[in-house]
Amino acid sequence: MTEPFLRIRNLSASFRGYLGDLSALDNVSFDVARGEFVCLIGPSGCGKSTLLRIAAGLLVPSRGEILLEGQALRSPQKRVGLVFQQPALLPWRTVRDNIALPLEMMKLSPADIQTQTADLLALVGLAGFEQEYPIHLSGGMAQRTALARALAQNPEVLLLDEPFGALDALTRERMAAELLHIWERDQRTVLMVTHSVEEAVLLADRVVVLSARPGHVVEIVEVTLPRPRSPALLTTPELQRLAGHLREALSGGNGDTSVS
Amino acid sequence: MTSHNARKSNGDYRQLPIRHLPFYLLSVGLALLVWQMGVQWIADAPRRFLLPMPGEVLARFIELATNGTLVQHAGVTLLEMGLGLLTGTTLAVLLGYGVAHSKLLAYLLEPVIVTSQAVPIVALAPLLTVWFGPKLASKVVVCALIVFFPILVNVVAGLKGIDPRLRDLFRMLEAPWHKVLLNLEIPAALPAFLAGLRVSGTLAGMGAVVGEFVASTQGLGYLVKQGQNLYDLPMMFVAIITLMVIALTVYGLLTLVERRARRWNVQDMTTADGEEPA
Ligand SMILES: Nc1ncnc2c1ncn2[C@@H]1O[C@H](COP(=O)(O)OP(=O)(O)OP(=O)(O)O)[C@@H](O)[C@H]1O
Ligand SMILES: [Mg+2]
Repeated sequence: MTEPFLRIRNLSASFRGYLGDLSALDNVSFDVARGEFVCLIGPSGCGKSTLLRIAAGLLVPSRGEILLEGQALRSPQKRVGLVFQQPALLPWRTVRDNIALPLEMMKLSPADIQTQTADLLALVGLAGFEQEYPIHLSGGMAQRTALARALAQNPEVLLLDEPFGALDALTRERMAAELLHIWERDQRTVLMVTHSVEEAVLLADRVVVLSARPGHVVEIVEVTLPRPRSPALLTTPELQRLAGHLREALSGGNGDTSVS
Repeated sequence: MTSHNARKSNGDYRQLPIRHLPFYLLSVGLALLVWQMGVQWIADAPRRFLLPMPGEVLARFIELATNGTLVQHAGVTLLEMGLGLLTGTTLAVLLGYGVAHSKLLAYLLEPVIVTSQAVPIVALAPLLTVWFGPKLASKVVVCALIVFFPILVNVVAGLKGIDPRLRDLFRMLEAPWHKVLLNLEIPAALPAFLAGLRVSGTLAGMGAVVGEFVASTQGLGYLVKQGQNLYDLPMMFVAIITLMVIALTVYGLLTLVERRARRWNVQDMTTADGEEPA
């Protein structure tokens, strides 16, 4: 066995609170292969965002570590990109200039920045809105801008924290399709938090189910659906069966049940 | 709905006084009329010199303006204000950056700075004149001290108010400190800084005049004192009104700058192509 690409090992995290320490993650371990799409689901407050923040190097775990190609991730780095649960855009920059930020930091030429931002704008369906300021954007447009910005960073690992959280069901489905398309195009390693089990099954190679706080791994479900996939799969019995299984695991089912 | 209406309902920092110019002129005109009539009807001849009539003030104004006196003295005061603003602002911005970034610096400096605000600068002015001489330097120091605090407070608040996730974003991009400064901290703290500068800009006039009261041979504050000594009340009025006009102009200009700096915060439906809607 070779060293897994991204390795989450015995991760525990706790926060100091008024009523003593609050444990958010409890001994979480799983691996992500290079180019794999892994979804993370779990009840609200179980530490999903905390896990992503640790993986982005923004937070130091109280125990355990995250290894990227065998190297411990201890500080933020360009190889890992994170899209926050609430999009964090620079309000004084237009959509285009927000997306251009990582490219500017990489000292690209203005011409390269121009072509790349144009591509990314088209990719996330924001062409025509490049000159808007974030204050004028809907929640979904802001999230797409944040996603495009993370893609501009061209990270090897893309961490997505409920990127479709603020969207209505229909837009959500369309965004999922877009994300599938983007991922199938460049096979980037993705670790994505979602609270929709159907979405998790549609997108992921594997789904990691976390328990209620403090989060620990309840089960890791392999999604055997063939690729390329499309939202049309959402109504198929295979997907529904897997989704049903995940739902069961979420609602306190034990970790022994396995799905082939 | 026109964009004009949409803008109106959104914060008062974009409400230029100029938009209400007719009302402004009417109100000031009425005040002048009451002044003129009050003097005419109430004051008897021996005491009339206590409150000159608008006409007398205007005549004195034209006289002082045309013989160069006013320009010279206003120029001196403006120079004191300008240099004081520059020094005070520079110091406040540098210290503000330090205090916002270093806990140690904050613990060391904040108590001193806050305590120093209990010192009435007016009472400090004579001491500063002893230290820095009766010339330009002492006035610049008084101005700088008065200007310092509002800017420091605003710069620190602006820097500390930055969304921590935006700081995280720059950390993830491995941005060096100067790129964080340029692309995050300056634009994020700019509105707060400018709000502080607007307050300080008007305070600078006060600083200059206080310095001139203590010891001076030039400046609008000097003109006021000179008018007091000579019982030249129209000249006192001319100097005071000139100071007022300077303060209003500085305030207005800085409000305009602030408005331009916050274009991205405009919540109307026009596209942000850099043009203000008519
Ligand atoms: N900075 C912090 N300080 C203190 N407690 C925190 C902090 N961040 C998170 N927590 C706590 O840790 C727990 C896990 O939070 P986290 O945001 O990781 O949950 P989550 O799984 O992402 O939830 P959701 O699905 O609602 O987004 C929560 O109980 C939260 O209150
Ligand atoms: Mg979360």
